[in-house]
Amino acid sequence: MTDQTQAPDPQTYLQQWGHEPAVELLKRMLLIRAFEEKAEELYALGKLHGTMHLSIGQEASAVGASFALKRGDYLLNHHRGHGHCLAWGSDVDLMMAEFLGKATGYCRGRGGSMHIANIEANNLGANGIVGGGIPIAVGVGLSIKMRQTDQVVIVIFGDGAANEGAFHESLNMASIWDLPIIFYCENNQYAMSMPVRRAINIEHISQRACSYGIPGVTVDGNDLFAVYQAVKDAAERARAGRGPTLVEAVTYRWRGHSKSDRQAYRKREEVKAWQKKDPIRRYAQALALDDQELENLRAQARERIEQALAFAESSPEPEVSTILEGIYA
Amino acid sequence: MRELSYAEALRECLRQVMREDPDVFMIGEDIGVYGGAFGVSAGLIDEFGPDRIIDTPISEAGIAGACIGAALTGMRPVGEIQFMDFVTLSMEQLVLQAAKIRFMFGGKARVPFVLRMPAGSGTGAAAQHSESLEAWFVHVPGLKVVMPSTPHDAKGLLRAAIYDDNPVIFVEHKLLYKTRGHVPEDAYTVPLGESKTVREGKDLTVVATSIMVSRALEAADLLAEEGIELEIIDPRTLVPLDMEPIVASVKKTGRALVVHEAVKTGGFGGEVASRIVESEAFDYLEAPVRRLAGLDMPIPYNRTLEYHAVPQVENIVAEARRLVGGVY
Ligand SMILES: Cc1ncc(C[n+]2csc(CCOP(=O)(O)OP(=O)(O)O)c2C)c(N)n1
Ligand SMILES: [Mg+2]
Repeated sequence: MTDQTQAPDPQTYLQQWGHEPAVELLKRMLLIRAFEEKAEELYALGKLHGTMHLSIGQEASAVGASFALKRGDYLLNHHRGHGHCLAWGSDVDLMMAEFLGKATGYCRGRGGSMHIANIEANNLGANGIVGGGIPIAVGVGLSIKMRQTDQVVIVIFGDGAANEGAFHESLNMASIWDLPIIFYCENNQYAMSMPVRRAINIEHISQRACSYGIPGVTVDGNDLFAVYQAVKDAAERARAGRGPTLVEAVTYRWRGHSKSDRQAYRKREEVKAWQKKDPIRRYAQALALDDQELENLRAQARERIEQALAFAESSPEPEVSTILEGIYA
Repeated sequence: MRELSYAEALRECLRQVMREDPDVFMIGEDIGVYGGAFGVSAGLIDEFGPDRIIDTPISEAGIAGACIGAALTGMRPVGEIQFMDFVTLSMEQLVLQAAKIRFMFGGKARVPFVLRMPAGSGTGAAAQHSESLEAWFVHVPGLKVVMPSTPHDAKGLLRAAIYDDNPVIFVEHKLLYKTRGHVPEDAYTVPLGESKTVREGKDLTVVATSIMVSRALEAADLLAEEGIELEIIDPRTLVPLDMEPIVASVKKTGRALVVHEAVKTGGFGGEVASRIVESEAFDYLEAPVRRLAGLDMPIPYNRTLEYHAVPQVENIVAEARRLVGGVY
């Protein structure tokens, strides 16, 4: 059954984590924000091929979820995935290089914005297909169970993905086999132009968990502490052999769906209202940082992104002679 | 002469058909207020409302099924799959249901719908948003497959497809949406199953589909300066395939090259090449029938690699020179 977690008290967590680690999480969120703002800028300058999906405004969801897991756990995510990838601890140089399609990028320039993976770090990749990662998570969960390791897998997808048949098949299979999976739905209110309230006739996506006999929980996705707690609970359950959980993080996409979106389907006031709930400011306040301290950290993050960009821009393009590499093992 | 873009031509057809036939409606993802990922249905919701321009959740099997069920009971749906790649999620409904319902039920049922979808690379959308999967559908008896290459044909073929009594897979190309050309204002039809000779020439028959038609025409201009004359034929519908003009052309030129963007292995080019060598044109061949197609690989993100993954004008020029020059 759906269980609305109470807003947790930040102080409990901050004491537990300590000041430095807590500030690290803020730095991660700022790095994600700076990465995506730079991505937008590069696009506007015509330096990028293709499109991109920005997660600006959703940073607490990515960072809180990732922080609740352990090194060695698995990640599968989706098209709006830069944040998850950076939260997972990925190298921002290699990410930027991939973004620019360079040979030094995580996927040697073959994947691009929508397909960044870091297989060595058990980041099994972003997905261009809505819902495409969800059944794969079933296989990863099955493998963890068969190999009898202590790992879990988190699969991150959007509200839109919950309407693909694959979502339903996967939750059911994970449930009957008690697989160590966290089905993590970032409900950012829209699937492209489709508002979630028109696409789904129940109040919370997490309610769907009850059809499969697994726990479902909805949390404030802009509250890093709430996200952390929900994913941590789900991971503990999974590691204890008690099966999957569906976690729904309620958040909001500040930017258009992709670069070609004119956003005719929503009002500016709605966007502005959500921008007031900036997850980064909210977390900085919990840390009792003043504006100046926050701006200093923001400047550091931007500086790091400039370095990544310099690395990416000075990196070589893939050689055309290598075009057929990497198709078969 | 009035010019429209390929996207505008499709929209004009949809508008005309929906005005005259209340059984026609559209269904797909983000086709309403958003106007479709490539803007084809922009503004149609203002005229026809959300009951006839139906936005769906992200459920491609559901979209295909909704088309089939509505068609089976008297409607003429026009479904949209946002990118051809995602039709992989509709395959069971299309291949095992739509294509076979009429046959299995002794020819008594009808499933008249169109499923439109943009194929192709060239936009930096990478491996999961750049597929050209038309050959999959060519391989399924019961489905028709249409691939317009110009705004004129897009409008006329879509009309024919909507009024056809069979399921029609209507493959558009992302890079063509903004291309412009003459489009008459009246509600005309381009019949399914008529290949079109788009340029006459004596040295080499080029059979090209979709975006490759304009690339072949560009190549022909360049080659004409060296005295090589291409005859270019656009089949326009892959099923049913009109071989007559192709066979007649090969008898004249003695050489044939098939060009498409989809990967070569298992591609539509193999079908055309086989039909040429199985035909009376065989005796006239002065060179092997050749295919120029996408490399056997997924579409890469990097701009340069993406460019080299599929045939470009210079590849057509080089291939044509080799064939006409007897070097292969
Ligand atoms: C199977 C499939 N259908 C459609 C699309 C096109 N598409 C890409 S993202 C998207 C919206 C996804 O919405 P949601 O799952 O809520 O994720 P969000 O973009 O909001 O993060 C759509 C329709 C796709 N990539 N894959
Ligand atoms: Mg969404």
